[in-house]
Amino acid sequence: MSEIDVRLRDVTKRFGEFVAVDDISLEIPRGSFFAMLGPSGCGKTTTLRMIGGFEEPTAGTVLLGDQDVSDLPPYKRDVNTVFQSYALFPHLSIADNVGFGLREHGVPKAERTARVGEALELVDLTGYDTRKPRQLSGGQQQRVALARALVNRPRVLLLDEPLGALDLKLRRQMQLELKRIQQEVGITFVHVTHDQEEAMTMADQIAVMNEGRIEQLGGPTELYERPGTAFVAGFLGVSNLIAGRLDGTDVVTADGTRLAVAAGALGGRTGAVRLGIRPEKIRVADGDAPAGAALVGTVREYAYVGVATQYVVDTPAGEIQVFHQNATPGVQVAQPGTRVTLTWDPQATFLVEGETE
Amino acid sequence: MRRARRFAGHHLLTLVALLGFIYILAPIAVIALFSFNDPAGKYNYTWQGFTTQYWQNPFDIPALRDALITSIQIALLASIIATVLGTLISLALVRHAFRGRGTTNLLIFLPMSTPEIVMGASLLALFLNLGVATGFATILLAHVVFCIAFCVVTVKARLVGFDRRLEEAAMDLGANEVRTFLRVTLPLILPGVGAAALLSFALSVDDFVITNFTHGTVVTFPLFIWGAARVGVPVQVNVIGTLIFLVAVGIMAIGVLVSTVRARRDRALAERAAEAH
Repeated sequence: MSEIDVRLRDVTKRFGEFVAVDDISLEIPRGSFFAMLGPSGCGKTTTLRMIGGFEEPTAGTVLLGDQDVSDLPPYKRDVNTVFQSYALFPHLSIADNVGFGLREHGVPKAERTARVGEALELVDLTGYDTRKPRQLSGGQQQRVALARALVNRPRVLLLDEPLGALDLKLRRQMQLELKRIQQEVGITFVHVTHDQEEAMTMADQIAVMNEGRIEQLGGPTELYERPGTAFVAGFLGVSNLIAGRLDGTDVVTADGTRLAVAAGALGGRTGAVRLGIRPEKIRVADGDAPAGAALVGTVREYAYVGVATQYVVDTPAGEIQVFHQNATPGVQVAQPGTRVTLTWDPQATFLVEGETE
Repeated sequence: MRRARRFAGHHLLTLVALLGFIYILAPIAVIALFSFNDPAGKYNYTWQGFTTQYWQNPFDIPALRDALITSIQIALLASIIATVLGTLISLALVRHAFRGRGTTNLLIFLPMSTPEIVMGASLLALFLNLGVATGFATILLAHVVFCIAFCVVTVKARLVGFDRRLEEAAMDLGANEVRTFLRVTLPLILPGVGAAALLSFALSVDDFVITNFTHGTVVTFPLFIWGAARVGVPVQVNVIGTLIFLVAVGIMAIGVLVSTVRARRDRALAERAAEAH
């Protein structure tokens, strides 16, 4: 895994005054499934387009392997793209769509036919060769777009929100399908999405992006368990952030409550911070709780959703959301107004920056 | 009362539409009808008797035949030149931001909005001042001028809705700029380009006013009819007019038929594909 397929070095992209991508550096190892995740306008698609060759970086370099491709047009780069709108050629048959790249690269007809057949088989579309794109359903068109890119055996496959246009059920199915295909062909996938669940399900490495920068880069569990910024904590799932000041290994809230921080989560921070704890890591208890990992509060509202009960609890440290698994039979729901003690394992906490006014 | 109104609503529209069609088609029907007339004298204005004599030899007046050939030559050349230039101009106007794009966009419509009589007169003045002898070349030049405007409008309409991602996809798959144009852009705008060419051809074949100013001694089909009208239009003109109409309608009918059949098949296949999920 040590070989690097894509390298961005201090890459910046400006459109006039607007900085779309702000000094990004990253390395994507060979054979990995890499996701760029963020809200619209965070620069993820622009970054992808710079790797694909559709945008030229204002500053910095893009490398594929050891080759500097910053100034090369798309047709001189060993990457292929699956576009958001699929961008299938409406005037060509499915076979000609998939074989387009092979023909441009001068692959002889016999080999072309064989490889197109293999690619269609890979995406489970054998027998659709003579159809036109508009004669297929959305999900099938998506798979044609994938086959059209993969058939060229590129060094890197770029996917620009490839599942965005599909309905939820089909999207779930395609997520698993994409993951399977990636493992089968072993090509590096770079995937752009605004759907955190999609990124978590598929990717080995996720770069969470915001306002043209990478907020945090890591594996799905790392990003979820130890988000480094409030943005990441909020973008991947739900989290409770409790403001306070760091005192040794404790966070002291405004009302004087001391809350312990996991040793590995300190990360050299000092002063004003926020302590984070995910709703599903909190237990609702009645009795006393260990100091340093508990808050006492009043239930304000609840929502019983069968598999779990969600509470909003008012505590001196602010509003806390709790996601209580209904694992035991005969579920007792704490009614609004009930005083409860919320406890958690200090190991489950994380720290992010303090609130900026 | 309500039923009566609904009846009127349904059938009145049909009736009005029918009257409209009669109004439009009556002159053409008269032309076709009189192509079978057997006029007594020079004038083909009153019905004398049925004959297919002129349909058997529509080209036996040499001057008429030559005029028709000249018209077709000019129309072919003018539509080819105008379509190529018009397509390139629309590509530039839609795809590239350049200094003077707005002005060009405006000026390109000038030949469409200028009265033909004014344009014809000023073209003649121009050719005279430049010392260019009027003839085949000047007719061609004049026709290209007014055809370009129509070509630009037609092709532009096709380009404005063009998905640029298709071109990006082609480049992504290894096609350079020229290959991308030939394999993706051109095939996709071809319906617009074809329409522009047909429109140019029709405009050119039909033009009288501007041609009348720029023709010198060359005679085109409309000029021949104009000249003949004073001494009596030969029946062959009706025959050729009807032929031209039939060819045009035939081309249109084929186009409509093909696109209807294709659309129906695509819909059926896409529905079946969606159901398979």
